[in-house]
Amino acid sequence: MNEEQESTGELILSCGPHISTITNIPKVMYGVILALIPATFTGIYLFGWSALKVVVISMLVAVLTEGVIQWILGRQMSMWDGSAALTGLLLALNLPPRSPWWMVLVGAVFAIIIGKQIYGGLGHNPFNPALVARVVLVVSWPVQMTRWIAPLDGVSTATPLGILKSDGIAKLGGIRLFDLFIGKTGGCIGEVSALALLIGFLFLLWKGYVTWHIPVAYMGTVCVFTGVFWLVNPQRYANPAFHLLAGGLVLGACFMATDYVTSPITVKGKIIFGIGCGIITGVIRILGSYPEGVSFSILLMNAAAPLIDQYTRPKRYGRLKKHA
Amino acid sequence: MIKLKTFPGGVHPPDRKSLSVHKQIEPAVIPNVIVCPMSQHIGAPCQPRVKEGDKVKAGQLIGQADSFVSAPVHAPISGTIKAVCLAPHPIGKPVMAVTIESDGLDAWDDAIQEDLYYSRLEPKDILNRVRNAGIVGLGGAAFPTAVKLSPPKGKRIDTVILNGVECEPYLTADHRIMLEEPEKIIAGLRLIMKVLNVDRAFIGIESNKPDAIESMSKVAKGESGIYVQGLKLKYPQGAEKQLIKAILGREVPPPPCLPLDVGVVVQNAGTCLAVYEAVRDNKPLVERVVTVTGSAINDPKNLRVRLGTSFSDLIAQCGNTNGSVGKVIMGGPMMGIAQHRLDVPVIKGTSGILVLNRKEAAKQESRACIRCGQCIRACPMNLLPNLLGIYCEKGRWEDAEKLHIFDCMECGSCSYICPASRQMVHLIKLGKQEILSIQKKREAKS
Repeated sequence: MNEEQESTGELILSCGPHISTITNIPKVMYGVILALIPATFTGIYLFGWSALKVVVISMLVAVLTEGVIQWILGRQMSMWDGSAALTGLLLALNLPPRSPWWMVLVGAVFAIIIGKQIYGGLGHNPFNPALVARVVLVVSWPVQMTRWIAPLDGVSTATPLGILKSDGIAKLGGIRLFDLFIGKTGGCIGEVSALALLIGFLFLLWKGYVTWHIPVAYMGTVCVFTGVFWLVNPQRYANPAFHLLAGGLVLGACFMATDYVTSPITVKGKIIFGIGCGIITGVIRILGSYPEGVSFSILLMNAAAPLIDQYTRPKRYGRLKKHA
Repeated sequence: MIKLKTFPGGVHPPDRKSLSVHKQIEPAVIPNVIVCPMSQHIGAPCQPRVKEGDKVKAGQLIGQADSFVSAPVHAPISGTIKAVCLAPHPIGKPVMAVTIESDGLDAWDDAIQEDLYYSRLEPKDILNRVRNAGIVGLGGAAFPTAVKLSPPKGKRIDTVILNGVECEPYLTADHRIMLEEPEKIIAGLRLIMKVLNVDRAFIGIESNKPDAIESMSKVAKGESGIYVQGLKLKYPQGAEKQLIKAILGREVPPPPCLPLDVGVVVQNAGTCLAVYEAVRDNKPLVERVVTVTGSAINDPKNLRVRLGTSFSDLIAQCGNTNGSVGKVIMGGPMMGIAQHRLDVPVIKGTSGILVLNRKEAAKQESRACIRCGQCIRACPMNLLPNLLGIYCEKGRWEDAEKLHIFDCMECGSCSYICPASRQMVHLIKLGKQEILSIQKKREAKS
């Protein structure tokens, strides 16, 4: 009889599929970090050692906080999966180059605990953790968060959007678009060079880690929105190219709004999300009292993401088509 | 070059077919003992028609199908019935099986001989031969072919699709028969077209088998109404609904609708070959081609195997395993079924035996969904695998039902692509069972 129990207890049993892609969470996270390297190095080159200090503190504190929290709560330990490091890096890139160390520390701890772990960790947070922390810092320490320096010489300066908001378009005369494109301007560490950011973003697109929908919808909407004002009154409103390159739009659109966890999941949803971000950014920049609105607009749209998901579900497979 | 077609969604697992694709089909050794489960198909199990001590010849009926959706089982070898009892089965629990001890003669039943006039048979006679031969879909699902060839009155079938896609990585059985016996396959396809009274057929083959496209095209050229359609390499191109979508652009509506609701019947290449042999030679389905492969197999092969041969016998014929065996799978790596013992028999739906080493088979730790959306882009059925997985994990059955969990065919594209290694298919299978049992309870109450 065939019933003799052949001892094969060592065989692994599981449901299919029995193979999987080599892409995993650390690969994606470190991939995004890699994509941010051009922007990070540009920032350090332009703003000097203080910028490097901000980046290092932010990333280290974020990773350590993640580890400590996971250990205390007895969660799956994943501090080295790159997600906390990415949050730390994104926060740093969204801070002024001369941010005091204690402020960076508070921001990084806040991003990990309140931005992420309090909801259950990676995958469960409704808002982009780095942006949550940045907004908290902006509101808590407005002076330190708006102390800008000019690239390379370190002299105090203002950001192009700041000048536009406080002094009007006439004072923008000296700013060349090309300088904004390569990063020769005041601003947060990682936001100044559109060129460096776009190089990184192209890498992400090539790797297939993100899709183009959110950034294109976002930046396109900002162009259209600001373009309408500019066409109506070019003496008063800046042109769309300026709005595209100044401030944190490229960084926000390519690297913050595209965060998987906090953005809609379907293509249609992503486009709606991008358009929403673009409109809010335009409204804040042109009609609001803050010079910049990228962080707020992404956070607001983060809140809307579950709703967008709800209404952009894919159509069920199988409509009966007429055939001969 | 004709334009390659495909369906939306899907994934691109490495195909790993080079391990066995150049190995000509060779007959496997006929074992001394064969175990024939009475259930090798979708539908009602067969009733054993033999008892211990009976002598049988190869091809003789040993399990009778009493229901419409069922398929009879025949003796794959000649010899003596040793037992009729529960025996291990490659899919799930042990089932009733007939054990035959070989007499070493391999004597075939007298009824099995070539019918020189088979081409004059009426459609209903062809259908009867297919039914009596116990033919089922050999692609893996093992749905009784005769049932598929008997569409309900009022359903008009206009196209037959021959499935030569073999989209599962590693498997090369269909590829080999398309290279070695294209005439027989196309003759089988003709018979199927005759039964269904259809004058148009497409043969779908993926672009990674250019030689099969060539060999099938050569034969199809002389046939009116039979066209070979090249397809882009993508998994699950060989799933019925995706194949129909790729070739004809038609979408099969959600269950309970079937391909025949859009006028199509899909038949696997191996099934067509079996149909030909059943109709011309009166030969029941007692053997099939099985790919024995995987990195842990020393000498991967395509073997023509008598049903009921044990997995371990076949693995032994392929130079045994090297190093540490991690997983033994019946079928391909995407939808195949992991085995916990190797004395299980080859059944009608066994397209391959895949042996992975320990490293390949190592389980990945599953993490929380990071909402990357890869599974949604990969899902060929337009589902939200991420949410289905979460709902099933949390026991939110009603929510899972609302997201059309039963549309899922468990192709595994979502789990394959997931960077968080989430076992969506596992969770969805679990969910389906739970929901069905809840539905049953509800019906029992009312």
